[in-house]
Amino acid sequence: MPPTIDRRGAALRGPSAVDVALEVNGERVVVHVPPRRTLLDALREQLGLTGTKKVCDEGTCGACTVLVDGRPVYSCLTLAIACENRRVETIEGLAKDGELHPVQRAFVDTDAFQCGFCTPGQVMSIVALLRTVPQPTEDDVKRAVAGNLCRCGAYPNIVAAGVSAGRRKRT
Amino acid sequence: MTRILKSIEEFEGEVSESLVIVDGHDLPPARHDGGSPEIGRSRRRIDATQRVTGRARYTQDLYLAGMLHARILRSPHARARVRRIDTKRAEALPGVRGVLHRFNTPKTPFRGDDVIFREEVRFVGEEVCAVAADDEDTAREALALIEVDYERLPHVVDLEEALGDVAPQLESDGNVSESGSHKRGDTKRALKEADVAVDVTYRTSTQLHNALETHGAVALYDGEMLTVWESTQHVFGVRTGLKNALKLPYSRIRVICDYMGGGFGAKNGVGKYTIVASLFAMRFGKAVRCVLTRDEENLAAGNRSATLQQLRLGAKGGRITAIEHTSWSNSGQGKWIANPTGPTNTLYEVANVNTRSYKVVTNAGSLSAFRAPGYVEGAFALESAIDELAEAAGVDPLTLRRRHAGAGKDPITGNRYSDKHLLECYRIGAKEIGWDRRRAGGTRGSAPHRRRGIGMASQIWGGGGGPPAYATVHVDPDGSVVLTAGTQDIGTGTRTVLAQICADELGVELDDVRVQIGDSAGPFGPMSAGSMTLASVGPAVRLAAHDAREQLLGAAAGVLETPKAELRLEAGAIVSKGARTPLGEVLGKVDNNTVIGKGIRFPNADDLAQKTFSAQFAEVEVDVRTGEIFVERIVAALDVGRIVNPLTAASQVEGGVIQGIGFALSEERIVDRALGRVMSGNLEGYKVPTVKDVPTIVVKFVDRPDRRANNLGAKGLGEPPIIPTAAAIANAVANATGARVRHSPLTRARVLEALALAGIRD
Repeated sequence: MPPTIDRRGAALRGPSAVDVALEVNGERVVVHVPPRRTLLDALREQLGLTGTKKVCDEGTCGACTVLVDGRPVYSCLTLAIACENRRVETIEGLAKDGELHPVQRAFVDTDAFQCGFCTPGQVMSIVALLRTVPQPTEDDVKRAVAGNLCRCGAYPNIVAAGVSAGRRKRT
Repeated sequence: MTRILKSIEEFEGEVSESLVIVDGHDLPPARHDGGSPEIGRSRRRIDATQRVTGRARYTQDLYLAGMLHARILRSPHARARVRRIDTKRAEALPGVRGVLHRFNTPKTPFRGDDVIFREEVRFVGEEVCAVAADDEDTAREALALIEVDYERLPHVVDLEEALGDVAPQLESDGNVSESGSHKRGDTKRALKEADVAVDVTYRTSTQLHNALETHGAVALYDGEMLTVWESTQHVFGVRTGLKNALKLPYSRIRVICDYMGGGFGAKNGVGKYTIVASLFAMRFGKAVRCVLTRDEENLAAGNRSATLQQLRLGAKGGRITAIEHTSWSNSGQGKWIANPTGPTNTLYEVANVNTRSYKVVTNAGSLSAFRAPGYVEGAFALESAIDELAEAAGVDPLTLRRRHAGAGKDPITGNRYSDKHLLECYRIGAKEIGWDRRRAGGTRGSAPHRRRGIGMASQIWGGGGGPPAYATVHVDPDGSVVLTAGTQDIGTGTRTVLAQICADELGVELDDVRVQIGDSAGPFGPMSAGSMTLASVGPAVRLAAHDAREQLLGAAAGVLETPKAELRLEAGAIVSKGARTPLGEVLGKVDNNTVIGKGIRFPNADDLAQKTFSAQFAEVEVDVRTGEIFVERIVAALDVGRIVNPLTAASQVEGGVIQGIGFALSEERIVDRALGRVMSGNLEGYKVPTVKDVPTIVVKFVDRPDRRANNLGAKGLGEPPIIPTAAAIANAVANATGARVRHSPLTRARVLEALALAGIRD
């Protein structure tokens, strides 16, 4: 039986693996996952998008932040099946034609990471912020990444990166 | 000529002597006239693009074809004998490939034990079984189907309880053993003759590393080679651990760590998960992945020991005359302790010192090195106590320290410091924070119930590095350069600074240098720990680049038919009488030849002590109604020799200060005493600082090359910035409120308690 693609049907599928259609970084993809599979695991294991990191797997660190329909979510607390036909953006989709996204460029210039493990999540949180607040203040950036832990302590530079990215948005 | 030389190195407070095979001669100290094209310049990380695009491949990002997934079953008991294990139901689960446990696993020596699954498990979280399955879900499900018959035994998890008489004795000689002492002068007499004395007890709590990438390994065995990808601070240390555990020769083990997500000392060697992955890989001939969860990370992947510390200090005529310091560390099931009396032994020139440190075993996870192990705990106690003494003696605490901080010799060995600018750190920091604004008793805060204060503390640490460390510089026929060195980049920017050193010495552009590190197939290098990477590997890189340049100039002399002495190599081109020929063009004339420059780290002088020094100043406000501490500003002034990359160096200092703030204010492992369970095993219960907990941090470097330390003049920077932070904050809190909090972290409850004890109310 082909799976039903509408929302009511999605709730009835499973418990074995089912096809789930997603739009990931502008491309339509289908993943074959059990309904309990998180978006994080689907991205990393099914789609090979390992830029999104698993740190706590329970919504306490922000490392797995991706955008779903433009809003930042913890992909470890989001089921893949709940993203059926929705727009998912990950760190891999930001750079266009080999050119870094302004937030990525700002992270490079201000040295806003050390080990880099939290970086994809931090970047995605700030990308989401800039879409609603194009020229954020330090406080805006702090609020946006308050749920993104960085154990190396790159916070001062992350805040600087967020503010400076707002000043040089992509033309 | 090849010969053997003696070298003296310090690693995390322990000084040792080693022998080094050397050939040729070391370079004279690098110039420091501002003319270096790379050294001393702020440069973006050369791997930055990889890290911000998600392309950087960390160990846990490796998904190899046909890979199996291993999971570990851990003891739910703090102490128990494993009597019987029934794996039938687990093995019957489709997709399960195998189970390892104490009854079916060969002897695999690991850190002093001869097995990885012990008969008596000694902390909640100790490894009992491991499962390999086709996918992670199946492995996890299988764990739940394993039946283990435990005989529970009496346990103790708390440091002070373990010191008492009623606690179960975990070792044949008891729970407590002496692990070090130092004595000079006569403290008893000095204390008797002192004008003022303080006798104080400090406590520090267990801190958990919580690097964002958990410990983990992926192992692959092809019948000849065991290849292991591991998130580690030492690919060669993992290789040694595997050699010992699996009885394979070095030549058949390759350990790779390309990118890694933080370690902070907890990833200095092989883990049981590495051995588990390797055993399964060798049994099944497939890749096996074993990566810890966050919970496991906080149970069984190391910690900074909790300590109990007693100090007695005496002063006479406005000078410190005596320090006695006794310390007990909760090492859990660890076999060593980090020494909290290290700073007391060496930081100040004080005639009478008597220190002793004890290891206390408990039924808790083993300690592991945690960024300046021992020194963070010890500096909190010592530097708080110095302020208490200053207060009792009526002397400004900075003035008191100045009187003892100028010594030019290491008080234990009597060796001269290779360089030391601690007084300069005091001067820079005091000016920046505005020390002259500090008032005894603090000042009014921004609200009636808030008090404001300033405090400071200082630090000594090694960071001189040493041999052995090797590097090679390959210059390919097109003029491109590959620098290979025995090290790994744990997030400190090692790739970038080594590329800078190479480009500088060789005479090429930074972009022309590709850095190949994190692979035990390359030349040996030290652990990225003990603040020793730059000072160990950097000088070897410089020598390798120098060797390559000499060869290139020789080759260019032949190709261009010009005397070598008239040639220079600058920005990737051979310069001769104003004419520039790109290196690739010159080498293109000699087909497919490759120039290989070699470099080693020459020994440290055996009559010098290479140390790093710094001071931190904190300005805080304290809400005396709630006990909340608001850190407003931290100024860090550091003497770590020459700064190779001011941008990344400042980042590292900020990071150290922020971890120090965590240690000072919020980080504390909570263990249930009755059950021995860690109650703060995740990032919700265990509070690492967030962006909102971070004050303004001002970083200042003395930035003078230590020309006697090594040919680069640079020393380590990883650990110095975390050492004085907690004491500086505690001293600022005491200045603000008059209340002394002697237990880290300085939680609101502890601040309120100290305020009540001091009779201070809103």
